[in-house]
Amino acid sequence: MAKPAIGEAGKTGDWRDMRPVYDPSKCIPCVKKKAACFLCWLYCPEGVIKATIPIEINLAYCKGCGICAEECPGKAIIMVNEDGKNG
Amino acid sequence: MAEVQIMTGNQAAALGAKLSHVQVVAAYPITPQTSVTEILSQFIESGELKAEYIRVESEHSALTVCVSASTVGARVFTSTSSQGLLYMHEQLHWAAGSRLPIVMCCVNRGVGAPWTIFNDQQDSIAQRDTGWIQIYCRDNQEIIDSIIQGYRIAESVYLPVMICYDGFVMSHTMMPVQIPDAELVSDFLPPYKPHTILSPETPMNINPVLFPWRRANAEGVMCDGYMEMRFKLQKALGESRDVIVATGKAFAGAFGRDHGGLLWQYKTDDAEIILTGMGSVATEATAAADMLREEGVRAGVVGIRVFRPFPKEDARDAFRKTDAIVIFEKGISYGYEGALCSEIKAAFYGTDIRLPIHNYIVGLGGRDVKARELAEAVRLSRDAITSGDAEPAPKWLNCITE
Amino acid sequence: MPENLFKVNIEEYVLPGQRACQGCGLSLAYRYVLKALRENTILTFPACCLTVLHGLYPMTSVTVPTLNNTFASTAASAAGIVAGLNALERTDITVVAIAGDGGTFDMGIQALSGAVERGTDFIYVCYDNEGYMNTGTQRSSATPMGALTTTTPVLTKQQPKKDMLRIMEAHDLPYIATTSPAFPIDLYDKFVKAKRIKGSRYMQIAVPCPPGWGYAPKDTIRIGRLAVETGVVVLFEIEDGKFRFTGRSKTLAEKGNKLPVINYVERQGRFRKMSIEQLRQFQRWVDTRWNEYMKKAEG
Repeated sequence: MAKPAIGEAGKTGDWRDMRPVYDPSKCIPCVKKKAACFLCWLYCPEGVIKATIPIEINLAYCKGCGICAEECPGKAIIMVNEDGKNG
Repeated sequence: MAEVQIMTGNQAAALGAKLSHVQVVAAYPITPQTSVTEILSQFIESGELKAEYIRVESEHSALTVCVSASTVGARVFTSTSSQGLLYMHEQLHWAAGSRLPIVMCCVNRGVGAPWTIFNDQQDSIAQRDTGWIQIYCRDNQEIIDSIIQGYRIAESVYLPVMICYDGFVMSHTMMPVQIPDAELVSDFLPPYKPHTILSPETPMNINPVLFPWRRANAEGVMCDGYMEMRFKLQKALGESRDVIVATGKAFAGAFGRDHGGLLWQYKTDDAEIILTGMGSVATEATAAADMLREEGVRAGVVGIRVFRPFPKEDARDAFRKTDAIVIFEKGISYGYEGALCSEIKAAFYGTDIRLPIHNYIVGLGGRDVKARELAEAVRLSRDAITSGDAEPAPKWLNCITE
Repeated sequence: MPENLFKVNIEEYVLPGQRACQGCGLSLAYRYVLKALRENTILTFPACCLTVLHGLYPMTSVTVPTLNNTFASTAASAAGIVAGLNALERTDITVVAIAGDGGTFDMGIQALSGAVERGTDFIYVCYDNEGYMNTGTQRSSATPMGALTTTTPVLTKQQPKKDMLRIMEAHDLPYIATTSPAFPIDLYDKFVKAKRIKGSRYMQIAVPCPPGWGYAPKDTIRIGRLAVETGVVVLFEIEDGKFRFTGRSKTLAEKGNKLPVINYVERQGRFRKMSIEQLRQFQRWVDTRWNEYMKKAEG
């Protein structure tokens, strides 16, 4: 029957109207140079954020929900309009 | 030497399931099927049958349990009647679409409203579009034998099989039954090999949504759309005809009893008029045919054993040489005519077979059907045919219709 | 700040590019359910949002084996998997039924009650997004009083939320737990625990739904958190009849500082027609239940 595959719904990054933009200088694990926080990874409904230093967001599949930006305590992630202008 | 015991149809059914080494039983009691659930519970709780009995809270759940248990690789059995069969209707479609070799006994009982607990075949007739193989038994021997055959058929074509037998008339009537030898049955039924198995070793999502169109998988290979899947179901039903016949012959070879494949014939070689029906009414018709023969009427009987897939070719051959057909049915497709009548007429479409066909609706809600009443109906039909009435509207036998 | 984040299984069982909505509370919850349960699991679910999340043939977004079934049948479907595996002597696999509130509180309640009454050895998970969301937000018995749905579009839902947790309690199960994706570690821990327990386990997940509830997807965690902060959702477990608050609810119970429900209600479009009287009733409903739980916690 149906087999596991990435991108079953296509490149869900296409769904976005706003994109997460990441600033490592405000990111707690980056600043502390050790595993800490990672709330963005914790709360991402899509599981497209890697809890690495610095973090990595898979923009091919990120739906732009904005939860990571909303929950980041350091405001290291902001959401910008897909056309590049800060919304 | 096989053991012969006198037993009811329900006892025969439970024994058939036991001999078939079913592994999961989920059934809900309903008149007149109830003792099947009780006998199987007895077998399982006493250890005679090593199986899981799930005492489900409804018939819908009964068939659901069978569907998912079959999907993980277990051989399953259930049984029901009437309202219970109606209640599980969506799961009948689901089971056939899932291509699962579930065997179920339908102890034929009429449907409400208003209530009846007595026999007719409306319940199983109403399920004819679901994709199940449907076999109608004429005696208790055929019940036990058909269940065993049912598993072999089901597990080779991956289609569910409904074994139908008349409530009370057979379910509660004792008849002599030769119990098939357990070892012979084990030889006759190889272990169940599922076509798709649900297990962590091969993760997959079974029975998901399909698009209307075909769609490529992750490797770019085009896969079926919904319509292709459904075509495959229809195709399997078509191919099952040969499997049903072959299984019957193999069974006859192993056990010495041949129930006739898709249909059976009684004194039809020289028959000028053929009576037809399904289940015990067809057996009753053989007695009526004998009565008519005594009066010089060359009557014969064609018993339809397998209603789905409909034996179109066999029906054409069986009825080709006769001059009239009288169809006795314990059910009706409301708004039109008896379902069997429609199927038989449709079977002749496109051939040169043109003859009067008379349809009688009989025995609804358990109204008694006597051989002499069938014989009388045939006499009346013959007179009507002589006067030129080739295809009247269905007549309701022994029922006030004014 | 979650302390136990790093003990969580890092494997992801939901692949990127799945079909759920932006900001879906179920997507987040499901990540942690599967992290806790791991590979040796078979899940079955009805027609619901999960069906769509899992994707359309011939691909699926989830890497564990799953079985679709009809809307009313989830718990029976699981019961059949358990029966089949028992018959085949494969008892090492965790069997999970997972359905929404529609498939649990409403159409699925009969099969659920039957399966747990029989002591079926499985985990039943209800993800409660408080409406028939897959079909576009129609009212279910889990919809809170005062909420607008497409089938309560003018007058709002008139009845309070059906207390499914009490119904499950009445079945004397070995383990019942409430969870929220806004508190993923609490959820994860409870599913890890549930996996080890035998018998029928009932897990309810309070899942915020952006399109159904009328809030921006970025606020899913905020709304989920507020649900708990106001006592609308209470995080607890009942193990062998013993009630215990957990996580944030435990803190609130100890400190006695849960927020008024207005803080939760005012952020959601579905409550925009809620009357003052309904709001009062809702606050009373929350307070009554909270006090009952407080009494239960005392033992």
